Amino acid sequence: MRITCTVNGQTHQADDVWEGESLLYLLRERLGLPGSKNACEQGECGSCTVFMDDETVCACLVAAGQAEGREIRTIEGLSEGDRLHPIQQAFVETGAVQCGFCTPGLLIQVADLLRNNANPTDLEIREALAGNLCRCTGYEQIIEAVRLAAARIHPTGEFAR
Amino acid sequence: MTTTQTITHTGRIGDSAQRPDGTLKVTGQFAYSSDLWMDGMLWGATLRSPHPSARIRSVDIGPALAVPGVHAVLTKDDVPGLNAYGLDHADQPVLAADVVRYQGEPVALVAADHPETARLAAERIVVDYEPLPPVTDAMLAVGHISWDTPGQTGVPRVHPEGNLVRHVKIRKGDPDPQADVVITGEYEVGMQDQAFLGPESGLAVPAEDGGVDLYVATQWLHVDQRQICIALGLGPEKVRLTLAGVGGAFGGREDLSMHVHACLLALHTGKPVKIVYNRTESFLGHVHRHPARMRYQHGVLRDGTIVYVRASIYLDGGAYTSSTPAVVANAGTMGIGPYDVPNVRVDCYGAFTNNPPCGAMRGFGTVQAAFAYEAQLDRIAAELGLDPVDIRCRNAMREGSRMTTGQLVDSAAPVDELLRRVQALPLPPPVDPTQLDLREQPGGVSNTTHGEGVRRGVGYAVAFKNVGFSEGFDDYSTARVRLEVVGGEPVVTVHTAAAEVGQGLTTVIQQIVRTELGVENVVLAPADTQIGNGGSTSASRQTYVTGGAVKAACELVRGEVFDIAQTCYGRAVRDLHLVDGKVISPAEGGIGSLADLLIGTPVERTIEWRHRPTYPLDPETGRADAHVQYAFAAHRAVVDVDTELGLVKVVALDCVQDVGKAINPQAVRGQIYGGALQGLGLALMEEIVTTDGIVRNASFTDYLIPTVLDAPPMQVEILEYADPHAPYGLRGVGEPPTISAGPAILAALRNATGLPLTRIPVRPEHLIGSVGR
Ligand code: FES
Ligand code: FES
Repeated sequence: MRITCTVNGQTHQADDVWEGESLLYLLRERLGLPGSKNACEQGECGSCTVFMDDETVCACLVAAGQAEGREIRTIEGLSEGDRLHPIQQAFVETGAVQCGFCTPGLLIQVADLLRNNANPTDLEIREALAGNLCRCTGYEQIIEAVRLAAARIHPTGEFAR
Repeated sequence: MTTTQTITHTGRIGDSAQRPDGTLKVTGQFAYSSDLWMDGMLWGATLRSPHPSARIRSVDIGPALAVPGVHAVLTKDDVPGLNAYGLDHADQPVLAADVVRYQGEPVALVAADHPETARLAAERIVVDYEPLPPVTDAMLAVGHISWDTPGQTGVPRVHPEGNLVRHVKIRKGDPDPQADVVITGEYEVGMQDQAFLGPESGLAVPAEDGGVDLYVATQWLHVDQRQICIALGLGPEKVRLTLAGVGGAFGGREDLSMHVHACLLALHTGKPVKIVYNRTESFLGHVHRHPARMRYQHGVLRDGTIVYVRASIYLDGGAYTSSTPAVVANAGTMGIGPYDVPNVRVDCYGAFTNNPPCGAMRGFGTVQAAFAYEAQLDRIAAELGLDPVDIRCRNAMREGSRMTTGQLVDSAAPVDELLRRVQALPLPPPVDPTQLDLREQPGGVSNTTHGEGVRRGVGYAVAFKNVGFSEGFDDYSTARVRLEVVGGEPVVTVHTAAAEVGQGLTTVIQQIVRTELGVENVVLAPADTQIGNGGSTSASRQTYVTGGAVKAACELVRGEVFDIAQTCYGRAVRDLHLVDGKVISPAEGGIGSLADLLIGTPVERTIEWRHRPTYPLDPETGRADAHVQYAFAAHRAVVDVDTELGLVKVVALDCVQDVGKAINPQAVRGQIYGGALQGLGLALMEEIVTTDGIVRNASFTDYLIPTVLDAPPMQVEILEYADPHAPYGLRGVGEPPTISAGPAILAALRNATGLPLTRIPVRPEHLIGSVGR
């Protein structure tokens, strides 16, 4: 089948897509966007997290066909040009990235969190990131990164909608 | 794939410099091994044995070849070289021949134009198996009817030479010592998985010279290359490896996985072939941490002094050798913990069984022993009415102590200080459990308790680990350092084959160069086999050994620059320094700038650097200066246990570790946090469950690793007692926290429940006392 969808603001089309293919496969292998990761392909790790329209989804659990006509945003579309998004910057600065395989999914999930909650408590951060596995960091510096990013994006603690 | 990275972040030894690959990783641009792509490439898939033990009567590849899109189907007959590989001992077939010895053993390969086609075709291969009864008990496998007791077990041989991989004996002091109190305990450790997130993967590209280029995620390029060459029947000049982005390792990438398979398919089809494991295949396709059964006996005086330790340790190595011999040596030589004990008898056995093969995982043999010896220390304390920290400090190893092997501990061993300091860190405030947020309760938002039946416990543990390869292994690393002037600016290029797997070695190399050569711009060439061996990214050794090599190469380059500077200056000048691209002398000021001194002439040096030698264990007594260096960490855990349901919330997990010198304090903390959480995982949830050799939970749905909700806040204090033998005085960092964290959690659980808890991972039924553990 043919799939047409918007990814990071650009319209993409893929031909000869199998019914069984996931959105993750579509992104990684057909559209040349391997930033979203494939750690489990079972919906358990969050490394493939992307925005579909306004919601975060595990791209490995979404059939490629379900992306037809939708708007997808991946890690490749998070920074504005050459400038890192404040969340990306905070991850680099706090040591929240080791192997980095969990990082793309986490960054999307954190972007979603901070969009809805300008000044999350540690418990809220943990709850929001509970679906994203990281095997390297012990999460401590990831939580630090989220606090830092939140403080920079909304210095007053208020989210400007 | 062969581009170099230019680095602008600065930072020297002791700074928390930022990762050179950080920006690539947060923007999704970093190329992991599973991201590689080439025009016209094929996908490989592996058919694996469903049986833990079976004879292969026949293999029919015809139905697979008939699937449209399939380019090749290969079996053992297509392995051109020796059909065997292994780290220590080549006993593992590339593709199974007449028998399979574990569930998941590779039997055949398929290359096709779509990964699903390859997988479907692999399933069409018809293998006629004659299943055999699997060997699954390590003690019985080595012919013991009970602890250290040979007898008729009637267990078949997994390999013709028998089921004993190695027996390490440690004999120290009086064989028949007297004690006031004797404490005996039996312990069991389940099989843990490394569970790195980046699946096994890589891309093999056939070359015009009949060779192959392999881009792969690994811990050790040169040991891979050696094994691949033997299997392919090609020389090293024909088998070239380049490190692709590695999504974590933790020991699980020290053995080969898809390496030879992808090369075979690429050479056979003449096309690039990519293989990516899915998570289930990953669980079946790499070695795990050895499960263990252990019996410990401690003889102590009434004041708590340990007079003797006797230990029997059985490690299940599974179907093939892998690194079992070295794991057995570690468990044996460090089996009594960082304590000074005059009389010791340890027997440590590694066994072949038909369980999944086990090999390297962070902590490497010491994790299992630490669970047992620390449990014993707590039991002794309870028996004698002593404080658990006091009894550890009373028996603590210190600088000048002798190991059980007789080796002198000849640098800082601040075991008692680590314990005292971790004890002094602030405790979480005591709480009324019924007042806690649901998210802070054991069971969390599953809403299993609002504090009823919740009890708090506190526990301590201390552990140590050897750094680097032991027992006489020629453990070295190669570094090439080139200093040149490009566009008027000095630039240093460093080339090593050492694998960055996420831990931050590339950051540390840049810091070392900036410190030694005073040049900010440090470029890292890709790690590959075009340069000499970098050794393994394991045993907490890369900062020490590859760091040592880079430092030594920098010193040679610097010496050469000083020679050039003095020649240009016209005479010898003492006490030269290289600072900010200039050669200066405190007495005479600026001698020359690199931009002027090095026009058109790069200075380049390549060096092989070794740590001090080690020696093999005496086979009867274990006496030897077997290890390079020891690293120590102490943990304190605070837990809340729902004593009605057996659910646990780890409230705090605090650590004090001596790292000799914190080259990058932020990265050191990252290693401690991450290492500790893997220890927590083993203590509370992580186990590959097998029944008759069959893995029951090869997925992240069923094999649980800690989430951010399981992760407690962690206070970390870093000590820096320099080791005079090591570069910058540093100690390996990565492993000690993985060793001490779990035992501290177990101590806290015992403190909360009063139960003995002799098996990890602890299960809810153990914690409500309904199972006699
Ligand atoms: S890859 Fe999608 S959740 Fe793990
Ligand atoms: S940084 Fe490696 S999995 Fe998170």
